Amino acid sequence: MKNTTIIFGISALAIACAPFALNTYWVDVLNNVGLYAILALSLNIILGHAGLFHMGHAAFYAIGAYTAAILNTTYGVPILWLMPVAGVLAGLFALVVARPIIHLRGDYLLIVTIGIVEIVRIALINNVFDLTGGANGIFGISRPSVFGFKITKPQHFYYLIWGFAAATIFLLLRLEHSRFGRALLYIKEDEVAAGGSGINVPQLKLIAFVIGAVWAGMTGTIYAAKMTIIAPESFSFAESVVLFTIVILGGSGSIPGVILGAFLLVGLPELFRGLAEYRMMVFGAAMVLMMIFRNQGLVPPAPKHYAIKPDLRAGGAQ
Amino acid sequence: MNLLRVENLTKSFGGLMAVNEVSFAVEAGSIVGLIGPNGAGKTTVFNLITGNYQPNAGTVDFDGVSLVGLPTHTIVEHGIARTFQTIRLFQNMTVLENTLAGCHCRMRAGALAAMLRTPAQRREEQKALEQAMAELAFVGLAHEWENKAKNLSYGNQRLLEIARALATQPKLIVLDEPAGGMNDQETQELIQLIRNIQHKGITVLLIEHDMGLVMRVCSSLVVLEHGAVIASGTPAEIQANPRVIEAYLGADSE
Repeated sequence: MKNTTIIFGISALAIACAPFALNTYWVDVLNNVGLYAILALSLNIILGHAGLFHMGHAAFYAIGAYTAAILNTTYGVPILWLMPVAGVLAGLFALVVARPIIHLRGDYLLIVTIGIVEIVRIALINNVFDLTGGANGIFGISRPSVFGFKITKPQHFYYLIWGFAAATIFLLLRLEHSRFGRALLYIKEDEVAAGGSGINVPQLKLIAFVIGAVWAGMTGTIYAAKMTIIAPESFSFAESVVLFTIVILGGSGSIPGVILGAFLLVGLPELFRGLAEYRMMVFGAAMVLMMIFRNQGLVPPAPKHYAIKPDLRAGGAQ
Repeated sequence: MNLLRVENLTKSFGGLMAVNEVSFAVEAGSIVGLIGPNGAGKTTVFNLITGNYQPNAGTVDFDGVSLVGLPTHTIVEHGIARTFQTIRLFQNMTVLENTLAGCHCRMRAGALAAMLRTPAQRREEQKALEQAMAELAFVGLAHEWENKAKNLSYGNQRLLEIARALATQPKLIVLDEPAGGMNDQETQELIQLIRNIQHKGITVLLIEHDMGLVMRVCSSLVVLEHGAVIASGTPAEIQANPRVIEAYLGADSE
């Protein structure tokens, strides 16, 4: 317990101080790492905890980003105010598309979710309802401001993104250690036994999808504000695969694992820019080796801690 | 008073008639055994009662509620808990977490309450922990609370399934071959445990192959063969019933 607190404290401090030690380029890399970390954490609820093979997470991210972009550019609503709106809309979308497919298992669900992310991307390219700007996307999204302070530089975004990441981690740790979090783990371990123990399996899976989508939608808002331009290509199937890989490689169901995964998959390639075309090869090889030698991920979930009073532990007496 | 009444329950898988017009009743507070040769349809009857299968025909009434068509988790909420013939624990989770699974259906806090960690949510968690530990103590596994389920002995895994079922606070507990894989000593303790469950006011319905156990704990028995009820009555009546003897030992060749 103590050790993890120290590691956690040091990492938090390092992240808080990083912009003072790094140039703008590297701060921007860390911004991307942060966005991917939040997205992967939101996918982790669905994939890591509930064990649902969902490879279409970029669809929810897209819904959030486009909602914020459209409302901001058309009505001039301040972009950060749109975070809850984008989250709710992405959540509603998840509710509608996940409801009919929630009973599918494993590979079947995987294929359908790939279908969802492709449908969303193609719909965006085809300029549905004349709102999405087609293949060019939407530009001119305004910069966010917090209490009158205008966020423009990567260093500013750094604190916005990692602040949101910290809040996400805080809330998800609580969620993990609750009736809801446990129920998802039961479903992942054995659906029939979970149902037989009185757990409403389809309902909980659906809630997992919705929470994951709400978070992805809110992250989409930050992305739109950071880029000021969004286009369908940013929400492709490949993005979903990257998120999926971060969760599996980092450690399914493990919050520290997923964050480490984001650093490795998004941050590390920047370090090896010199290797250029070889880096994807190195990556592929690393992934194959991981799956053979450490298929539970780099940092598997730690056992949960329960405070049980000593008099209850002794037990035996009836 | 009958707690559970099954009438004309029928289930076929393709051309195979697994359960054919089965009717029986379970009196509140009793221990009833469902016995029969392998393949007689006992587990299928259990799965029909607990909603894992849907019957082709027939009714299941429990405490004034018709259970046919209800999903498994709703049936658990109505007060029927079960164990599985092939142990189905959450193998990579601890003994305590397995038992907490049973508490789930009596808890209310959702995802939002968990994120906000409301006082009601914290109270509920604490109560669930205490209840889960109490159920573990009841089956004699409290000292194993931190162990992973997969590290328990076979007999203890069966006990953990019972603890998880009890944590749902059932009116009726349905045990599918609870003594399977247990040694004599463990079976003796199981008999005592089943009696203790009855003393708690919980009705017991069990499938069992160990005739010694069945004859000692059950107040009445229902015998199935080829998916149909061939006899029912007290253990003494069943032991003397020629059809039951025939089903178990085979008919004379003449």
